[in-house]
Amino acid sequence: MTITTFKPDTAAQLADSVQWALSNGEPLEVLGTGTKRRLGRPVQAAYALDLSGMSGVVAYEPEELVLTVRAGTPLADVLPMLAERRQHFAFEPQDLGPLYGLPAGGGTVGGMLAAGLTGPRRIQAGSARDHFLGVEGVSGRGEIYKGGGKVVKNVTGYDMPKLMAGSMGTLTAMTEVTLKVLPAPEDVRTLVLVGKDDAEAVRALTAALQSPHEVSGAAHLPAGVAARSGVAARLGGAATCIRLEGFGPSVAARVAALTEELGADAVLERDESLALWREIRDVAFFVQPAERLVWKLSVPPSEGPRVAAAIRETAEADLYFDWGGGLLWVAAEPGDADIRDCLDGTGGHATLIRAPDDVRASVPVYHPQPEPLAALAARVKESFDPKRLLNPGRLYAGV
Amino acid sequence: MKMPTPDAGIISRRREIVERLRAIVPGEGVIVDEDELRAYECDGLTAYRQPPLVVVLPSTTAQVSQVLKACKEMGVKVVPRGAGTSLSGGALPLADGILLGLGKFNRILEIDYDNRCVVAQPGVTNLGISNAVAHKGFYYAPDPSSQIACTIGGNIAENSGGVHCLKYGLTTNNVLGVEMVLMDGTILRLGGRHLEAGGYDLMGIVTGSEGLLGVVTEVTVRILKKPATARAVLLGFPTNEQAGDCVAAIIAAGIIPGGMEMMDKPAIHAAEDFVHANYPLDVEALLIVELDGPPAEVDYLIGTVEAIAKDKGAVYARVSNSEEERLVFWAGRKAAFPAVGRISPDYYCMDGTIPRKKLPLVLQRMRELSEKHGLRVANVFHAGDGNLHPLILYDANNPGELERAEEFGNDILRLCVDVGGVLTGEHGVGVEKRDLMTHQFAEADLKQQQRLKCAFDPDGLLNPGKVFPELHRCAELGRLHVSGNKLPFPDIPRF
Repeated sequence: MTITTFKPDTAAQLADSVQWALSNGEPLEVLGTGTKRRLGRPVQAAYALDLSGMSGVVAYEPEELVLTVRAGTPLADVLPMLAERRQHFAFEPQDLGPLYGLPAGGGTVGGMLAAGLTGPRRIQAGSARDHFLGVEGVSGRGEIYKGGGKVVKNVTGYDMPKLMAGSMGTLTAMTEVTLKVLPAPEDVRTLVLVGKDDAEAVRALTAALQSPHEVSGAAHLPAGVAARSGVAARLGGAATCIRLEGFGPSVAARVAALTEELGADAVLERDESLALWREIRDVAFFVQPAERLVWKLSVPPSEGPRVAAAIRETAEADLYFDWGGGLLWVAAEPGDADIRDCLDGTGGHATLIRAPDDVRASVPVYHPQPEPLAALAARVKESFDPKRLLNPGRLYAGV
Repeated sequence: MKMPTPDAGIISRRREIVERLRAIVPGEGVIVDEDELRAYECDGLTAYRQPPLVVVLPSTTAQVSQVLKACKEMGVKVVPRGAGTSLSGGALPLADGILLGLGKFNRILEIDYDNRCVVAQPGVTNLGISNAVAHKGFYYAPDPSSQIACTIGGNIAENSGGVHCLKYGLTTNNVLGVEMVLMDGTILRLGGRHLEAGGYDLMGIVTGSEGLLGVVTEVTVRILKKPATARAVLLGFPTNEQAGDCVAAIIAAGIIPGGMEMMDKPAIHAAEDFVHANYPLDVEALLIVELDGPPAEVDYLIGTVEAIAKDKGAVYARVSNSEEERLVFWAGRKAAFPAVGRISPDYYCMDGTIPRKKLPLVLQRMRELSEKHGLRVANVFHAGDGNLHPLILYDANNPGELERAEEFGNDILRLCVDVGGVLTGEHGVGVEKRDLMTHQFAEADLKQQQRLKCAFDPDGLLNPGKVFPELHRCAELGRLHVSGNKLPFPDIPRF
């Protein structure tokens, strides 16, 4: 429903736009290139803030492990630049474009951080918030401010970037961000165990993660999902996948050791490993059929199989496990029972990653919070954006 | 250092406050005796001392909740405290405030190897967590040098680091969940045993908030399997610049060592005189590079690091060939602070972070400052992440020398900010660096941070006088200044 878009080139122009919105009480949809517009609750706003004009690398210093860019900088520019210096974002940001029916490779650095999307390497390297060092932006008060810093180790003042990660643009329209970048692994291999059920698989992943072999990916694709993989289908059954990354001699030694400890039905070489983990990262197995709802469940890893069993009992759903069992990706039919009921007693939570607009307007996209926490979240929102102008309702109704 | 003026009205109501607290925490849990209060008058930043109005030592979350609620009702300020090892005065008491000690929260509640985490009360020591899981080969990664004494709750408050945090992260990167109590008594849970907390990352804000947002009553931290092996290499360089270049080249080669420490000549000599680690004494800079992981990897990388060091002009290289030797390499570095304490009656430990490439410039300017202030300085440096610990040597018995040391320290921290760094890498702002915050942050930056505090503690009762140089009322901070109702550069509709 957006009818007018502001496209500022500078933080000062952006502040003017928000000041205008403040004096007119007009909410704003905050956008980079709009690749994640279908993530979160639909925003009701007649005006949009397009931040894609604020683009460009401010400083990239590989030896300092630090990158500063304007928030609207396309990932398509940044990722190859890092790769050229054999570095990367270690949290393995997801590319959900295809899941939303868009081409792969879109999106901006600011959008990546605001959505806080993190890939399989979460178990080893942390998530987007762990690599977000500094932020500058304009609050919903129309004020330019900064938080964090531009060095990798900093405890000066509150850690504002953490709060921006995953905030879906509801607190601040970011103008410049500083991230930690790390060396990209030289080599990668994947051990695959074939034919295990969910519980056996998570036990194997747990054993791998309890080993000193520095596992950087631990996923389980039940048979129906494995059959949809361009890599794992040929193995002919459920695929339990364990990724090892690092320097060549180290990867070779760890593959040998872990094969000895767990057994392995296949070891995928570099190219197949890269392709498989890209599929797992980007939820490629659930791109089609496009009308299915896609849920993301975060649970204690050991609870994964129990939650999966509960889902299978109540829904016509496909699912697979990442993060050693602690992350479930679920593709459900629109008429299926509430997936959230299956989380009871785990302390975990569920996010509705893909659904039509009308569903996302009625079913909570982000997990409902207990009252005191919801009240605190609302006060935090208010401290940045008292008139609720920035992406109102994107995260929670009324926030 | 100016603290908020004590409220005489509160002090005069001490008896009533004590009675109210005794109704919540019975027996010895409320301390009023002057001599006993003195034990709490300072933390690791001993230059500042102030006995609190009362000390309360609750032992349950419900008691913490009731104490905070009662203090809010009475308008009494609260300073939380773990083991009191803060080097920035984070637990410095207030004359008109209660000191809330979490020392009785000293139990590990659960060890969950399947989910690779430990649930502990906040008064458990950092090392206590590692020790509890050591028999299974696990450990808790952040390892501040005070780890024998400092508590995990204090670690959350300060977002503590340690020598291994370049590779394994600070506290914030290793916490999965907390239970905390707000100033109004509300008990909240953030995160849990799952890897991704939902909603706003409030745990990320609470970690490192220096006790200004809430009181943590339970912690869930991630534990890791110990690396299969660790070896260290000692590298000596004729100049600080070459040592810095070597660090940059190691990282450019894609290597993130488990630890990478640098010492300058005064620090090397002090450490060697103290622990006899056999450090070379004819070099300007010494690097300890520790590589950990699978033996195949460590052997491979040791060779690579040695080659890089040679290329960058190292005149001394020694690789540890046993666990004993590795520990000896570290003994000097770990004893650097007490070693400096031996050559000077007092020392003042600073903690700024700089972009690493600025190291030669910063060390040069520090030598100039050393002459200006007439005080010696020794430097130890977490070289991998640019976190500098200058140790300023002084004698508190000489009138004016403490003030000079502080002024020297402030000059160093301003320098860190001026070259693109920050005031503190791991010790926190506390009272120590509070008044320097305006050098790093603009007024708008600080006010936004204080608005965030208002969301947690609208009356400003939790640990006031720390972190922020100027206290503002939340109502004042919340006021909106609206200008500009002209439509700015409307673009053509794009969607």
